[in-house]
Amino acid sequence: FAGLSDVSISEDIPVEGEITVPVGSQSPDEDYSTLDEPVRDTIMRDLKAVGKKFVHVMYPKKSSALLRDWDLWGPLVLCVSLALMLQGGSADSKDDGGPQFAEVFVIIWFGAVVITLNSKLLGGTISFFQSLCVLGYCVLPLTVAMLVCRLVLLAGSGTVSFVVRLIVVIAMFGWSTLASTAFLADSQPPNRKALVVYPIFLFYFVISWMILTFTPQ
Amino acid sequence: IAFFVMYLFAEFDDAANLLAANPDATTISIDEPSEVPKNKHSRLQQSGREEDDELLGTDDSDKTELLAGQKKSAPFWTFEYYQTFFDVDTYQVLDRIKGSVFPVPGKNFVRLYIRSNPDLYGPFWICATLVFAIVVSGNLSNFFIHLGKPTYRYVPEFRKVSIAATTIYAYAWLVPLALWGFLMWRNSKVMNIVSYSFLEIVCVYGYSLFIYIPTAILWIIPQKVVRWVLVMFSLCLSGSVLVMTFWPAVRDDNRRIALATVGTIVLLHALLAVGCLAYFFDAPELDFPAPNIPAHNGTTVITKIQ
Repeated sequence: FAGLSDVSISEDIPVEGEITVPVGSQSPDEDYSTLDEPVRDTIMRDLKAVGKKFVHVMYPKKSSALLRDWDLWGPLVLCVSLALMLQGGSADSKDDGGPQFAEVFVIIWFGAVVITLNSKLLGGTISFFQSLCVLGYCVLPLTVAMLVCRLVLLAGSGTVSFVVRLIVVIAMFGWSTLASTAFLADSQPPNRKALVVYPIFLFYFVISWMILTFTPQ
Repeated sequence: IAFFVMYLFAEFDDAANLLAANPDATTISIDEPSEVPKNKHSRLQQSGREEDDELLGTDDSDKTELLAGQKKSAPFWTFEYYQTFFDVDTYQVLDRIKGSVFPVPGKNFVRLYIRSNPDLYGPFWICATLVFAIVVSGNLSNFFIHLGKPTYRYVPEFRKVSIAATTIYAYAWLVPLALWGFLMWRNSKVMNIVSYSFLEIVCVYGYSLFIYIPTAILWIIPQKVVRWVLVMFSLCLSGSVLVMTFWPAVRDDNRRIALATVGTIVLLHALLAVGCLAYFFDAPELDFPAPNIPAHNGTTVITKIQ
């Protein structure tokens, strides 16, 4: 301990610095806390995300917005509106009528789940909800087709209207299938792409069939 | 039902390990699943029917147990377990479909195409396609048949989707279950050389239903003769696939039981086809009586005048 008496901290060396504690409420970061923002901002943000995804579906380019920031609002809205538009068809109460609301709902969601499971079982690298998101959003062209069909049926239900509806539905069916394939095909193993694409084709074919065979009262 | 099926799978794994005298179900897994002709295989395999008579030697039993373990080693509650049932490539599925449509006489579908790699992709999606093919074709056919009638209003008949789905999936899963149970039971009484796992039977049934898809689409043609010719043709093709698969599994048994089993298989297959034709497709003769009657009256009037 004798040597320690020689050690001394010189008073000549100044020690400087700043010690501050960051206070959270004063930080201008938006994503740190969204609790304080107005409700309108929250809703608009989600609506804008959904709208952006709609645009991506209509012009399918290799974008990762649909995949990375998946949400299921869009598919829900599309499914409900499609199921609602398929109501009011011929003979809802009889057995031989068109699909009921619950049937459309079940077909779309159960079909999407089965296709997602199928692609994951075949070795796909996409996550479950991302795939559901893509399949749900790609129903958008067919919902547009349903809208067009209902408008055409208001004008008349003869052969001409049937041909117009057929062309529209076929075009939108092709668009849906191509859009979803563009988003999903990259995540599949290369020698199994056809095995994954075929169920998607069948899924949109069934939805197109339901749209095409819709006959009003 | 899912847990019962999983229990069956687990049971099968144990049975496969224990039944060393059944080489055919497990020896083939050595090879990669490609279209290699059987003559080029290792000494464990022989072509044609001779392999059925070969009993497992002691040197092979280790390999088969190892391979049976490698194949489905994941426990049944993990996702990887189910991935082993989807371990097929596009060309394999297409080959299996081709094999079910063009049956080669003397070649067993299970041996040639499935080779201990049964998949669930084919059976599931072929059944789904068949359900919608039947419903859509039936709807279209009825539409064309009743087109001219004034009282006819088109209905989509969407209820038939659930009926068709129940029928076809029940056929494709319950009949193989019953057949597998029956074969296992006979196996315990009579040592059959050839025995199939439950999944292989499901696979054969699933792929054998493929021929009904183009048949259903062609049933739109509203001619009774055409429809029945199609029924016979598709029944022959897919029935022969089934018969050639299951005959080696029962022929060592009592003659009558073997014939009864194969007969039942073909009968059920025929019932499915005929039942679908009768229920989903209206008979085309309903149109013919109506135009005939006025023409008949017209001709009698003309003859009287003359």
